[in-house]
Amino acid sequence: MLRYIGFEEARLLAISSFAYGGLLFLLSSGFSLIFGLMRIPNLMHGSFFMLGAYFGVSMLEKGLTTDALKAIPKIGGAFNFLPSFTILPPNFFLIAIISGLLVAGIGALVERYLLRRLNGQELPQVLLTLGLSFVIADLCLMIWTGDPWQPATPAELRGVVQFGTLFFPLYRVAIIGIAVVIAVALWLMVDWTRLGAMIRAGVDDPQIARVCGIKVSQLFTLVFALGAGLAAFGGVVGAPYLSVYPGLDADMLPLALIVVILGGTGSLLGALVGSFLIGLLYNFGQAMVPDLSYVILFLPMLLVLVLRPQGLFGRSIP
Amino acid sequence: MSFAPAGFITVRRVALAITFALLLTLPFWVGNSYYINISSQILLYAVFALALNVLVGYGGLVSLGHAGLFAIAGYTAALLLDAGHGHFVADVAAIVVTLAASAVFAVLALRSTGIGFLMITLALGQIVWGIAYRWASLTNGDNGLKITTRPSPFGLSLNGAPAFYYTTLLVFVVALVTMILFVRSPLGASLRGTRDQPRRMNALGYNVWLIRFFAFLFSGFWTAVSGLLFIYYNQFISPPIAALQTSAETLLMVISGGTATLLGPIAGAAILVIMKNVVSSYIERWNLVLGIIFVLIITFMPEGLVPGVTRLWRKGWSTLRGRKPEPEARKTGGHGS
Repeated sequence: MLRYIGFEEARLLAISSFAYGGLLFLLSSGFSLIFGLMRIPNLMHGSFFMLGAYFGVSMLEKGLTTDALKAIPKIGGAFNFLPSFTILPPNFFLIAIISGLLVAGIGALVERYLLRRLNGQELPQVLLTLGLSFVIADLCLMIWTGDPWQPATPAELRGVVQFGTLFFPLYRVAIIGIAVVIAVALWLMVDWTRLGAMIRAGVDDPQIARVCGIKVSQLFTLVFALGAGLAAFGGVVGAPYLSVYPGLDADMLPLALIVVILGGTGSLLGALVGSFLIGLLYNFGQAMVPDLSYVILFLPMLLVLVLRPQGLFGRSIP
Repeated sequence: MSFAPAGFITVRRVALAITFALLLTLPFWVGNSYYINISSQILLYAVFALALNVLVGYGGLVSLGHAGLFAIAGYTAALLLDAGHGHFVADVAAIVVTLAASAVFAVLALRSTGIGFLMITLALGQIVWGIAYRWASLTNGDNGLKITTRPSPFGLSLNGAPAFYYTTLLVFVVALVTMILFVRSPLGASLRGTRDQPRRMNALGYNVWLIRFFAFLFSGFWTAVSGLLFIYYNQFISPPIAALQTSAETLLMVISGGTATLLGPIAGAAILVIMKNVVSSYIERWNLVLGIIFVLIITFMPEGLVPGVTRLWRKGWSTLRGRKPEPEARKTGGHGS
């Protein structure tokens, strides 16, 4: 059952692991913020990831043009009346950002008009997001069909990069870089800016924060949208690597869950460490014990639950 | 099902007797084996929903991992039958293994309540799905396992639709009676106590954790039984049974019917099974419909269908007799406190 791997393979697996961990961080940092700060158990987080990826692959086909709308399978025909009009050429990262913004908008609408009505009621929130995730999954299956889509790696990031005597695939290194940059940016935002201070105040004591003139309600919409957008951005960035297929949402959601339980809810550092840990386990597990690789992913979570229920970096909440 | 108000015992009893008589004679007036099979499905899912309701409704503990337990029972029985064991051995082993798994689930998930409990059970359920799907050398992966025979207790064959229906009905009635006994027992009362006032129960000297643990095992037992009914009904099991979707559908049965009632999950199972069969025969988009029902119920009828209809019935009854409707008693929901 156990398969041994050599040094060369282990080296490649390690870089894949960190790249996968980087994607997991993009997914789970938003989940952690939404769950940890706002106490919303957002079971449609995997759907945001998948939806972003699907938006991305559709835009990558044609660039940011009206033709991209027409190229969406099945419903694209409705846009045939539009003239061909190009706003921007197909640039991978630009499209990832735009896709993130689109999904952030959807997230904001969901928070504002559906979740807000259920303020503080966790169970109805769970069921609502679960229901919406089914709706999104089925709509995606309807529009983008059951076939997997895998966009090409952006041209400027193909090839390998050399560190000393070792060669690494450039795109995976780039994903790690992106994840680290976003981690630092998020940390700076939450811990060092006025906006971050306002969010933390709104979480700790919403009433007093309101009295002080902080628009808590708008801030929460913003945090939710940010989390949704990050997941969608991660979905596009991960698409050349993971590909996009029906069921991607259900594959990613439990991963976000274990990362957050492992790292501690609401902790960005926890999400980062947890993501890389799960990335390593996933890749090495798949190479060494393919039958049980999925189960192995959950072992650290179970250990943490038994030994340190608040997570590795979580504050213990009284 | 009867929606008679609790105060009118005679009305309620008559309605229950009529319902039971209808269920007992169902194969004779339905005739078509397709509809008899759908009735069997409703009853077996009702057992599953009742089992989940012990935790969700009476314990205030929302589990999204029960599909995992359901599948463990099914897979254990299927694997043992595959290995050449008899039905009795396979079924008993399936129940024992599922009870053991329930104990593990409970020990891990009961470290937390509320949303933590939900997330942990969700993750545990996914582990079972992962084993069923990826450990192909054991579970045959995506292709699933076939069960070639149904058991024949005391030489009675269960192959026909009516015979299987009566078996399911028998199990369902036993399940319902034990549920009624459980709810009325001191354990059931203390479980509701831990749902509404865990700290007070603790202060009164009750072991809150142990009460919840026993409730989890009780729920796990009936989940195992419904899992066995399921594999004997379908004579096939595959990984999607263990997936989040099954847990979610069962939770919707409990919630749409109304939590913490015994009729609720049964009505919910009937509504969902009928809808699934009707919708699936017209369009492929069952998931879409399921999701939309979820959203609509949560947004407009959060109390569930049975309490909702009961409330309307009471209001209508009182108006009919020219009385002012009694003010609705404040109920502590399964997720309150």
